[in-house]
Amino acid sequence: MAKPPLRFDLAVIAQELREKAGQTVLDVGCGDGALMAVLRDDCGIDARGIEIDAELVEKCVSRGLSVVQGDANRDLADYPDNAFDYTVLGQTLQTSARPDKTLEELLRVSRTAFISFPNFAHWRTRSALLFSGRMPVTQALPVSWYETQNIHHVTIEDFRRLVNERGARIERRWFFSGGEEIGTPGANWRAEFALFEVSR
Amino acid sequence: MKPASASNLYAIPGELPLDSGQNLAGAQIAYETYGELNADKSNAILICHALTGDQFVASAHPITGKPGWWERMVGPGKPIDTDRFHVICANVIGSCMGSTGPKSLAPDGEPYAMRFPVITIRDMVRGQVALLDGLGIERLHAVIGGSMGGMQALSLAANWPTRAQRVLVIASTARHSAQNIAFHEVGRQAIMADPAWCDGDYYASGSRPDNGLAVARMAAHITYLSEEGLTEKFGRRLQDRDAKSFGFDADFQVESYLRYQGSGFTQRFDANSYLYITRAMDYFDLAEEHCGKLADAFSGTTARFCLVSFDTDWLYPTSESRHVVHALNSTRAQVSFVELSASAGHDSFLLPHDQLDRVVEGFLNG
Repeated sequence: MAKPPLRFDLAVIAQELREKAGQTVLDVGCGDGALMAVLRDDCGIDARGIEIDAELVEKCVSRGLSVVQGDANRDLADYPDNAFDYTVLGQTLQTSARPDKTLEELLRVSRTAFISFPNFAHWRTRSALLFSGRMPVTQALPVSWYETQNIHHVTIEDFRRLVNERGARIERRWFFSGGEEIGTPGANWRAEFALFEVSR
Repeated sequence: MKPASASNLYAIPGELPLDSGQNLAGAQIAYETYGELNADKSNAILICHALTGDQFVASAHPITGKPGWWERMVGPGKPIDTDRFHVICANVIGSCMGSTGPKSLAPDGEPYAMRFPVITIRDMVRGQVALLDGLGIERLHAVIGGSMGGMQALSLAANWPTRAQRVLVIASTARHSAQNIAFHEVGRQAIMADPAWCDGDYYASGSRPDNGLAVARMAAHITYLSEEGLTEKFGRRLQDRDAKSFGFDADFQVESYLRYQGSGFTQRFDANSYLYITRAMDYFDLAEEHCGKLADAFSGTTARFCLVSFDTDWLYPTSESRHVVHALNSTRAQVSFVELSASAGHDSFLLPHDQLDRVVEGFLNG
C-alpha cells in the first residue's frame, strides 16, 4: 500500500535512518504511526511508539505497530537506560509539561534524539506580537492561545542553550520554512520549524 | 445439568503436575477448534476463556443453545479470521464443560467434589500446553484471552515463552487485588452457606446449591458491569408493575435482571467448579511467581504483546494493564497498549466494539 508522504521533519528523520536497519527507535508522540511505518517497512528498523490519543493508538496497532497509549511526561520513566538507539520527538517538545526533563529522558533512554519543534522566533510570530500585541496565530502555530497544546513555546536559540546547559551535544540541525528545508544563516528569524539531532 | 456436548477430548498422558505439589492423573481436556490447521502448523491461535466461559467460543452452547461467547470476534472474515487461522479453545481444568474438574469422577469412581486439588491459573495453562503438545503445535501464532483468559495468556507468555508469537490480553490483570478477592469470597461464601452444598458432596443427592451459586453469580455480575451501564439499562425503572410493592419481590428491573442472570447461570455451571476457579484467580500473582518482580516474568521474551483495557472496567481497571505494560517496557519487549472507551464496564470485551475489532485484527496481522 502506498504511503502518503511524510511531514517534512519526519521525512528528514526517515532519510537519516535509512541505512540503520536492525536498530531500535522510540517515537514519542508517534501520532498515527506514519514515521514508524516507514521506518519499519522501508528501513528495517525496530520502531516502537508512545501516543497519548487512544484513537491514534488504535490506528497504529491496527497497522501492526507496537504503540503504547501513554503520556511522555510520565511514561518515559518506564524504559531502562539506553533501551533504544534513537528517540524521536516530532513537534511535541512544546507541549511537554517540562521540556527540559523530557530532553533528559530522551537522552537517557537513547543514544541519540531527533527533536523537532515550531520556532517561536520566526519573523511572522515576532511581527504578530510586535505589531498587533497579540499572541500569534500563524500557519505554523494555528491555534489560539487559550486552546493551544503548545504550553512551552520555544525558539531555536532557547533550544540550543538548553542543550548546552544540559551538557548534551547538537550533532546536526535542519531548518524549514513553508515545508521546505532552508539554510542555516538567520535561522532563528527565518525558520518556521527546526529539527535537531542531539546526543550526549 | 445435562452432560456437556461431544467436544473433542484430549487425555493428558501421565500426570499433570500442579502448583500445589499434587499431581492430577487421568485428566482430560475438552476443546473445540475452528478453521483449518496449515501444513506447518503455524497458524494456530489459542483462545483462553474467562471464569464461567467454555470452549464454545464460536459455536452454540450445548446446554443453553446460545451462540458462542465470542462469535462476533471469531469466525470466517471476523477479526480472528477462521479462514486464515486455526482457532483452538479448551475448557480449563477445574471447570465443568468436559475438562476434568470437581464434578469429574476420581479414580475411585466417585466425583472428586472437594477432593479435587486446588488449582492455579498456571495449572490451567499447563493443561492448555499439554493439549498443544498433543496436537503437535509447537508455536502459536497468538494466544488470546479476556479477563481470566488474559491471565492465562500472560501466564503462558511468562512460563512458556517460546510457545506464542503474539500475546493479546484484554480487560485483564497480572494479579488479583484485595477487592477482586473480596468479591470472589462473597460468592464462595454464598455457595458454601447453601444447605444443599453439603461440603461439596451434592452430586448424588439430587439437589444442588443453586441458590448459593445464583447469589454468587449475581454479586459477580455487578462487577462485570459499570454504574453508567446499569443506569443506562435499568435506571430505577420498575419491573412489570406501576408502583412499588412494599415487599421483597423484584420490584426493580435491575433486581429482576440479576435474579434471571443468577438462575440462568445455575443451569450451565457447577458450584464446586465456581469455588475452584475463583480460588485459582485469587491466587494469581504473576510477579509472585517470579520473585516479586513482574518484569522478570517476561525477561527474554521475544513475543509481541498487546494489552487492551476499557475505561469503565473497575474489576480490572486500566491501571492493572498499565502495570503489565510498564513491566514489559522495562524488558524492552514489543508491546502495544490502548485503553478503549466503552460504557459496559468489564463485559465490554464481549460486546460489539469496532475499535476493539480493528486492534485485534491489526495485531494478529502485524
